[in-house]
Amino acid sequence: MDSKKRLWSSVWPPALMLLLIFIIWELIVRFELVYSWLIPSPIDVGKEMIKGWSRLMEHWLATMQLTLLGFVGGSLFGIALAMLLHFIPIARRAMYPVLILSQNIPVIVIAPILTMLLGFGMMPKVLLIVLVCFFPICIAMLGGLAQVDYSLNNYMSMIGSSKWQTFIHLELPSALSNLFSGLKIAASYSVLSAVVAEWLSPKVGLGGYMILSSRGYMPERVFAAVLLIVMTSLLLFWLVTLVETLCIRWRPRKEAS
Amino acid sequence: MLELKGVSKSFVSKGERHEVLRDINITVNDGEFVSIIGPSGSGKTTLFQLIGGLNELDSGEIWLDGNQISGERGHIAYMPQQASLLPWYSVKRNIALALQISGANKKEALQQAEQWLERVGLAAYGDAYPYKLSGGMSQRVSFLRALLSSQQLMLLDEPFGALDALTRLHMQQWLLSIWEHNRRSVLLVTHSIDEALMLSDRIIVLSSHPATVIQEIVVPFTRPRSDDLWSTSQFNELKQLIYAQLQDKGAG
Repeated sequence: MDSKKRLWSSVWPPALMLLLIFIIWELIVRFELVYSWLIPSPIDVGKEMIKGWSRLMEHWLATMQLTLLGFVGGSLFGIALAMLLHFIPIARRAMYPVLILSQNIPVIVIAPILTMLLGFGMMPKVLLIVLVCFFPICIAMLGGLAQVDYSLNNYMSMIGSSKWQTFIHLELPSALSNLFSGLKIAASYSVLSAVVAEWLSPKVGLGGYMILSSRGYMPERVFAAVLLIVMTSLLLFWLVTLVETLCIRWRPRKEAS
Repeated sequence: MLELKGVSKSFVSKGERHEVLRDINITVNDGEFVSIIGPSGSGKTTLFQLIGGLNELDSGEIWLDGNQISGERGHIAYMPQQASLLPWYSVKRNIALALQISGANKKEALQQAEQWLERVGLAAYGDAYPYKLSGGMSQRVSFLRALLSSQQLMLLDEPFGALDALTRLHMQQWLLSIWEHNRRSVLLVTHSIDEALMLSDRIIVLSSHPATVIQEIVVPFTRPRSDDLWSTSQFNELKQLIYAQLQDKGAG
């Protein structure tokens, strides 16, 4: 009962805020402060979503497939790389600055290069998402692995724990909450980069649908796609959070967060 | 059992050499409880790290059961000052993990952990996560974990140092009640003269900067030790003797 109350009190303020934004948006369009062919009213966008639902879902599924492939691939790659750098200190010292440096290249601008090299298929798109995702995951995990509690580490060494045992039983669990922070960032990035990748060869997917709709001056459709993309991003974020609460159960539960 | 022969160690920091241990000779016999007492900063932690194989000796040798173990890890069971239970494992799994690392297989380790928790009346805590335990309770688990490991020598590093006086007294009695029925060789580091006298067969008094062995005292009390040992005159005489020695040599 009490926790329900608390949940409710954390839900209603942002919900009210969102509602308010929609109302203001609707009013702005109603009173023709902007042209409705530039910015459609939220009600029209809603109508468009219902009308074109089956087609939207088709595109959504394509985007979702691409996103998940890239996200899972990027996560595996990020985790594997973090482990490698953790176990081989010299590799860490050599790679870490290069990794940071490589992130100054906005990965989005690599997209056309990838398309040029690998064509318009699935491969370059997935690769783009992997490239975007692996970095926050790898860095977050490395940070977590370096933050191991001193006295626990000392205990493990004293009783003669091997490097691998220390990794499995001490370092990995203590890096988990950092890893999940990285995964959450990567989850949002992956949706974003899937959409960008689809812009490049607009056949299927919400990104493609967006581009084609905007070329055809159908702003309701563009906005419908944007709304769906935002929701997908939220969904993925929420999924990662769910897995986190399932994985990390050894802490006292935080009150209302 | 354990033999330290002429162990010396110094560290270099900021270009200066600090001698921490000088020519330490200590033996612990099979099933014997030996305490090391000394002023703070007398290098007791360094000594344990040498025995645990975390650090290299400058000179001297460490022998265990007829084998030289200088610089080798995994020969001892360890109970640190902080309980150091892994927060992501239940009490049961924490105990089992120590046994696993000392060579047992997982299933047997878990069974043994359960049996012992039952035997010492902590069965209810088996599945609890460490954050739910009090300080004293955590140390009980930490002690059990060291006791059940297959290594024959236990190092206890100020295990009750962070507890309040009353809990500390309970813990000492609890530890004795278990240890006297399950004898293992123990090397205990402590700041408390009372604790050393209550628990051990022999007390080694260290000086500081650098640490050297000042004296070895054989504790004459019979086992099982009675709860009101601390009120006897012999206990208090010994206590004053050790206190005087620590004052003498340790103050420098």
